[in-house]
Amino acid sequence: MVKALVLTGFGINCEEEMAAAYKLAGAHADIVHLNEIFINGFDIHNYDILNFPGGFSFGDDIASGKVMANKIKYKTLPSGQTFIAELKQFIQAGKYVLGVCNGFQMLVRMGLLPNLGEQFEQEVSLSHNNSGRFEDRWVYCKVSEDCKTPFLKGIDVFPLPIRHGEGKLIIKNEELRNTIIEQKLNCLSYCTADGSLTSDYPANPNGSDLDCAGLSDPTGQVFGLMPHPEAFLSLYNHPNWGQIKRKNPSISEDGEGLNIFKNIVAHVAQEKAIEV
Amino acid sequence: MSSYQTIQVLLNSNIRDVKGQKVAQKCQTQLNIETGKVQSTKLYSVNYALSNDQVQAFGEHCIKDQVTDNILVNELYQPTDYACAIAIAKLPGVTDDEGTSAQMALADFLNIDIDVNTQHIFSQEIYFFQNELNAQQLQLIAKRILGNPLINHFTFATKEEGKISFAPYVPKVQMTVDDTTEYIDLELSDEELIHLSKTKVLALNLAEMKAVRDYYRNEDNLEQRSALGLSKQPTDCELEILAQTWSEHCKHKEFNAVINYENKETGETKKVNSLFKTYIKGATDKVMASLTDNNNDWVVKVFTDNAGVVKATKDKLFVWKVETHNSPSALDPYGGAITGILGNNRDPLGTGVGGAKLLFNTNVLCFGPPSYDKPLLSGQLHPRQIMEGVVSGIEDGGNKSGVPTVNGSVVFDERYAGKPLVYCGTGGLMDYDYHGAPSWEKPIDDGDMILVAGGRVGKDGIHGATFSSIEIDEHSPMSAVQIGSPITQKKASDFMIIACQKGLVKCSTDNGAGGLSSSIGELATISNGAVVHLEKVPLKYSGLKPWEIFVSESQERMTIVAEQDKYEELAALAKLMEVELTDIGRFTNTGVLEVCYNNKHVAALDMEFLHDGVPQKIMEAVWEKPELHEPELATDLDYNKILLQLMGSLNICSRESIIRQYDHEVKGKTIIKPLMGPEGKAPQDAAIVRIGFDSYEGIAVSNGILPRYGDIDAYQMSAGAFDEAVRQIISTGGSLPNTQEKDGIFWSINDNFCVPDSDYNAETNPDGKIKCAKLVQMCEALYDMATYFDIPLTSGKDSMKNDFKADGVKISVPATILYSMSSKIQDVRKTITSEFKAAGDLVYVLGTTYDELGASEFYSLFGELGANVPLVHKEVAKTLYKKVMAANAKGLISSSHDISDGGLAVTLVESAFGGQLGVDVDLASLGDLPLNAKLFSESHSRFVVSIRPEDKEAFEVLLGDQAYYLGTVTAATQVNIQDKGAAVVDLPVQELLESWSNGLIL
Repeated sequence: MVKALVLTGFGINCEEEMAAAYKLAGAHADIVHLNEIFINGFDIHNYDILNFPGGFSFGDDIASGKVMANKIKYKTLPSGQTFIAELKQFIQAGKYVLGVCNGFQMLVRMGLLPNLGEQFEQEVSLSHNNSGRFEDRWVYCKVSEDCKTPFLKGIDVFPLPIRHGEGKLIIKNEELRNTIIEQKLNCLSYCTADGSLTSDYPANPNGSDLDCAGLSDPTGQVFGLMPHPEAFLSLYNHPNWGQIKRKNPSISEDGEGLNIFKNIVAHVAQEKAIEV
Repeated sequence: MSSYQTIQVLLNSNIRDVKGQKVAQKCQTQLNIETGKVQSTKLYSVNYALSNDQVQAFGEHCIKDQVTDNILVNELYQPTDYACAIAIAKLPGVTDDEGTSAQMALADFLNIDIDVNTQHIFSQEIYFFQNELNAQQLQLIAKRILGNPLINHFTFATKEEGKISFAPYVPKVQMTVDDTTEYIDLELSDEELIHLSKTKVLALNLAEMKAVRDYYRNEDNLEQRSALGLSKQPTDCELEILAQTWSEHCKHKEFNAVINYENKETGETKKVNSLFKTYIKGATDKVMASLTDNNNDWVVKVFTDNAGVVKATKDKLFVWKVETHNSPSALDPYGGAITGILGNNRDPLGTGVGGAKLLFNTNVLCFGPPSYDKPLLSGQLHPRQIMEGVVSGIEDGGNKSGVPTVNGSVVFDERYAGKPLVYCGTGGLMDYDYHGAPSWEKPIDDGDMILVAGGRVGKDGIHGATFSSIEIDEHSPMSAVQIGSPITQKKASDFMIIACQKGLVKCSTDNGAGGLSSSIGELATISNGAVVHLEKVPLKYSGLKPWEIFVSESQERMTIVAEQDKYEELAALAKLMEVELTDIGRFTNTGVLEVCYNNKHVAALDMEFLHDGVPQKIMEAVWEKPELHEPELATDLDYNKILLQLMGSLNICSRESIIRQYDHEVKGKTIIKPLMGPEGKAPQDAAIVRIGFDSYEGIAVSNGILPRYGDIDAYQMSAGAFDEAVRQIISTGGSLPNTQEKDGIFWSINDNFCVPDSDYNAETNPDGKIKCAKLVQMCEALYDMATYFDIPLTSGKDSMKNDFKADGVKISVPATILYSMSSKIQDVRKTITSEFKAAGDLVYVLGTTYDELGASEFYSLFGELGANVPLVHKEVAKTLYKKVMAANAKGLISSSHDISDGGLAVTLVESAFGGQLGVDVDLASLGDLPLNAKLFSESHSRFVVSIRPEDKEAFEVLLGDQAYYLGTVTAATQVNIQDKGAAVVDLPVQELLESWSNGLIL
């Protein structure tokens, strides 16, 4: 069975719906407090997918995801190495990492995304929305063609809620920006209902560069996004479910966010089948 | 620069300074001050023994964003291209979460064990302004936009010798340790007793002071005291404990008073022995009997715990509580609201055994208008500043805790300009079974441990309970301000949930008003005694007196009762989850609450006297009907213009700019959110939240509040607000309780009274008798409605002194009651939203419209009150609601929106733009009512619904004469209203939507 590990603690708060997403997608999911890893030496390598859920780790103090990223990079585990070293091994073993919202912010600040230099150094930032405020609203997302990550396989345009105050992608320099585009790492973008990318507020809720809503690393194994797929597991999470159901009474009761989890679980299951 | 090292964070010049731009914009729009460009920077002052290189490396790696930031270490930014600056630091003792998080980052970075529990890193923000601003303008910007003098320290600087420079302020707490306990002589004259009560902020009246004095005269008590080393006089700690326990806030003395009531309108006189017992508990007792008769056994626990408890599913309990945090929000809107929401979260968390999982927040806010232009009184904050602060407090309190804010309401009235009303509600779920025992009970035995978990204790919030029991004036104590830390609470609540799952907790309660004095004092009634050792309580900083430690209302603390053999495992869990857990005493069965400091008694109070010794208050109530009349309005009104005005009026317009700042869908279970429809513009009636991912069972949440109706008739105001909360749930597809045997449809009410001082005093409160009479009438309506609908009150709150006094002026809130209701929804997929679903659907109004424009939003456009306040016809309402339930059971209703502020016209418009559709109706079916009444009357118990054309016959047969056909939903986005064929309103939906959307921008 595919095994997903969902991390929690220190203000992470979307761990339950994240675990529910994996269970609905047919995987086994465990929620584990980060200090089980930091203090008790909990072994992450028994899992196939490691998940950093959304929330407000350390209250977004200093910068969103920053204090947690710092902990992961510098704090020594009982094994004597850092958590980021474990994460590198996890990725090198061909496994998968997902970060949503605050989890995405952590991945970016600890250098797991986009990781073009393969040095795990911060290359992009997720900064204050141009509106200067936290916002909860539903947006459309477009998956780019040839995107590398199995999380997004077969998805084109779909709606998801965003709930953040710091989601505007800023890329360190022009060279990195070009490489991100060339390598098609900006795999998820804000768009209008018809799928055209947009920088207009509120369809693009934060003013993100490249209208970017999500990034993958060059391997496609690490994927992070600002919108919350785990908050759209059921059709009835959508704000317009009333009219949607009226137009199409036989529509599936699953939410479209669930597809991301079904994708990765199916992908891992397939890889495991091949291994066997 | 003493021993502090600094790290200053600057944004790189190519990065948009969003915070700076926002400040510039607020200065312009709210204060009319042109600041020019504004640059924001952050400064951290570090007080650990570290080398310059260590601080440099820490700043580089842990503070600076590698892409957007630049930092200066031990060097301050001194720009030449700005004219002035304001630095906003915290005052000593004020929570600095950002500094604390930096401390944790430092410990992780260096892998060293440093003290992170007391403040060593202090954060502040510095804003630089391009334009030259005078001292007065800088003061205004600091106080109105950037901070609050009660919690912030401001440093101002202007350009000198071509650059701006200043020394950073560091809010180090410096207090000399003074742990003395004082004895206080109560053998005083009446006048002196009252004076003592006032100077010590005890908020006890003469009768209460005398009752305390008599306790110390009693020979039996003296013997016991001397055995414990205490003199015959009370200690400061004892007086403080009594004041907290007997405060209006904790003891509800006015709701338990004897009220001599006279109604001059009807000639009726009566003596009410406790409003609470007569009406609130009285109603619930009667409802419970009626439920039991019908084998509906879902009421589990009412009034006796932090939150009411009902049975939600076969194995889950629903726990919920709504309360107010008005006084703190008046002084410090952000801090008041955040501690309000976090404090309210701790109520379900500390109910029964504890550890409920929080499901949702709801909040209802009453403010003065944001455009308020009267001169501000001493200590009074501008309503706009209060609104913005409260909204951000709720935003941070809810969002950072991961609890969705699923609905709410905002009411504007000039009378809330002194004291705003901030109602916070939280619902949670807990398992029915707690390791084989009932989870909702609080068992405590002699010898059980008293543990505190969570935040540390400081001077913040001292006297909160007594202070909220008196009116605010310009001398209100600074220490009454409490500062919340959502991250501290999140850690504590995660810990509570796991500790309870593991069965390590015997029971628990939260620390709110009155602090440990209240939490331990109340728990001790179960075992009948306790011994507390105050020197063990962890402090934020030294220097607190024993009594201050005991009554401090520092936030984010839970009191846990544990058996001694569970302690080791519990302590290990707390360590793992980085929650401070401290053993501070034992429960006993001695009948005495004993408080010690360094092994010497500082208080020993008889439990019975402490909890039952307060004398019953006596109040006077006299009702005289005000002289009111209906206004005469022009007969040639332009209804297009009026409807546009009404859509944009403060009490009707969109709350989107507030709503979107609240996370309303974390946890992934919110099914009906505050705004729905294709563009997220359709305002909804009740919120619907799913219970879990493995079932479609859910809970509906609604709020009813109608303060302006009370200006005409307090009974109808209360009954109407009750009906509003019920009909919102019916509108979304809910079912009334107790209509069948064992149907499992629970309902639960939190009632929250917020009234001006209603205790008559010829000099200070000459209209107190009328205010008290209104209170009685509000309670009468509550009783009549609750018992008629079989809906129990499970918990509630009363806030009795909502007056703001300064400079010889008093601003009093209108008598206000909020009914917050929740009920079981069997299948959330069958719920109904307010927006029209498809063109061609037929539109009806359900329920009878009367000529009831009294206190309507329509009249208020003309500055009129009127006299014909909407009356509740509860029998008619219940009959209609049952019919609506029957129609919903057959899936006949496509959209439903209850009619409230603004009447039928506004409701039709909201359903139309909500669905991005139009509507074409004729009001002829409403008969011969005046047109104004047809359009704008706010008669209760009505809905605008739409149905599929093919369901017309089935629907009309079911609803009978309660369904008034109006017209159809149209694809053309136009609102067309006619009356008997004559054009009344003809407007594009977009124009109405814009007016509605632009009424309130935050």
